[in-house]
Amino acid sequence: MTVDFLIDWFSTIGNFPILAFILAVVISGIPLFLFMALNAMVAVYAERKVSAFMMDRIGPMGQGPGLHAGKWGLLQTVADAIKLLVKEDTIPQTSDKLLFKMAPFIIFIGAFLGLAAVPFNSSLQVVDFNVGVFYIIAVGSIGVIGIVMAGWSSNNKWSLYGAMRSAAQIISYEIPAGLSIIIPIMMAGTMNLQTMIQFQSGSIWGILPNWIIFNNPFTFLAFFIFFISAVAETNRTPFDIPEAESELVAGWMTEYSGFRWAVFFLSEYANMFVVSGLAVAGFLGGWQSPIPGMFDSAGWGLFWFMVKVIFLIFLMMWFRWTFPRLRVDQLMHVCWKVFIPIAMFNIFGVGIWKLIIG
Amino acid sequence: MANFVFWLIVGLTIGSAILVVQSKKLVYSAYALLFTLLGVTGLYVFLWADFLAVVQVVVYVGGILILIIFGIMLTNKITSVNISNTSVQKSIGSIVLLVFIAGLGFMVYKTPWVSVANSEPAQTTETIGRLLMIDYLLPFEVASLLLLGALIAATTLSRKDD
Repeated sequence: MTVDFLIDWFSTIGNFPILAFILAVVISGIPLFLFMALNAMVAVYAERKVSAFMMDRIGPMGQGPGLHAGKWGLLQTVADAIKLLVKEDTIPQTSDKLLFKMAPFIIFIGAFLGLAAVPFNSSLQVVDFNVGVFYIIAVGSIGVIGIVMAGWSSNNKWSLYGAMRSAAQIISYEIPAGLSIIIPIMMAGTMNLQTMIQFQSGSIWGILPNWIIFNNPFTFLAFFIFFISAVAETNRTPFDIPEAESELVAGWMTEYSGFRWAVFFLSEYANMFVVSGLAVAGFLGGWQSPIPGMFDSAGWGLFWFMVKVIFLIFLMMWFRWTFPRLRVDQLMHVCWKVFIPIAMFNIFGVGIWKLIIG
Repeated sequence: MANFVFWLIVGLTIGSAILVVQSKKLVYSAYALLFTLLGVTGLYVFLWADFLAVVQVVVYVGGILILIIFGIMLTNKITSVNISNTSVQKSIGSIVLLVFIAGLGFMVYKTPWVSVANSEPAQTTETIGRLLMIDYLLPFEVASLLLLGALIAATTLSRKDD
């Protein structure tokens, strides 16, 4: 959307297609990158505070800049970011230097490409793909390559174990996530994110908003399967066996420090945003207002979308500080023997529901 | 604009494909394959096949490439394997290459190509769905049966007990 608009706009000014293309991509890419950085900074602060409140602590506090990190610790993430940027970037002597240096950026590309298709509101979306839902699922798998690359090139047994666990976990949980996201596709009859969100306008019996999650019992179940699988795909607790600090030091990130490690962090939080955005667009009505027929303008759309996504990210943090980590075999058991059968049953159920009730 | 991006993608695909073949380290070949596959995805996009492009990423990058890398990681130490035989049979190889290129060129020259209008189709997924579920339902189901058989066979072979 934004890219197409910019290319069209540039073509009205003059005939310089290559320059217009590069400019359009850069102009829509830079805000996206800034958004990614901002998202990580806010999310790190929120994570510190949420974890603190859940453990009955107060988290980062302080008055004014200097040794203390701002009011209510608001400058804490700024301090964190500066620390990460000026930290020494160590590269192990026995590592595979080229792959070691490249890995963070492959992971970053995976997260960044996903963000490009997130529909913030009816017009604010970098690219509006015909196959948007499938696209987000697909670029998520580029990150796995980066994780495996990071784990292998570190030449360290903990990193390698972490990478292998991560690859096994992400490949496995892609299946229930993919099977569950098929359900909004079946309901709306499209893979285009904007059309899918428009399908969810209006209300059910005048009370509930007409979101896909409220449409029938199967879609209700499918949302939870998708969301839990999405949490597993972002490698977060209780599914964080790839970095399990009590067994694997820090898993595939063990040898990384400084800026490269910061890129991992940026990508993790961007991934959280992307999967939450996909869950919101597919099941929770995207930028549609929760009160049918009210607060429907584009500005409110952005607001509702962000509120829903932030709520889902908060849920992920809540999970992290509530549930203990799953063991490897439990993780695979949950995926293959519980989620995949339920997800398949859901597809069948939604198909029957659509045939009979409509 | 389209030309510029097209040649960029072609360059990426061919360049990384040469790396896949030329690299002495097996792992580098596997990772170079990532860029080749992404380049092919770009070519699909140029053919207006958006669905096929995404399937390419899911299946080849997300599935097959990861399995290849997994296999290399489990069998290989970071100090790469020594390739003892570096002979590539240059003389015979170049003859085979020339014959092959000549054959391909002849085929490309002789085939009566059907040219279609270079315009964006309204819906690719809908057409694919109709073709798969109505026109080619039987081959589709047979293919899925074959895959199911392969899955069961793989599970049976990899189990040690009973």
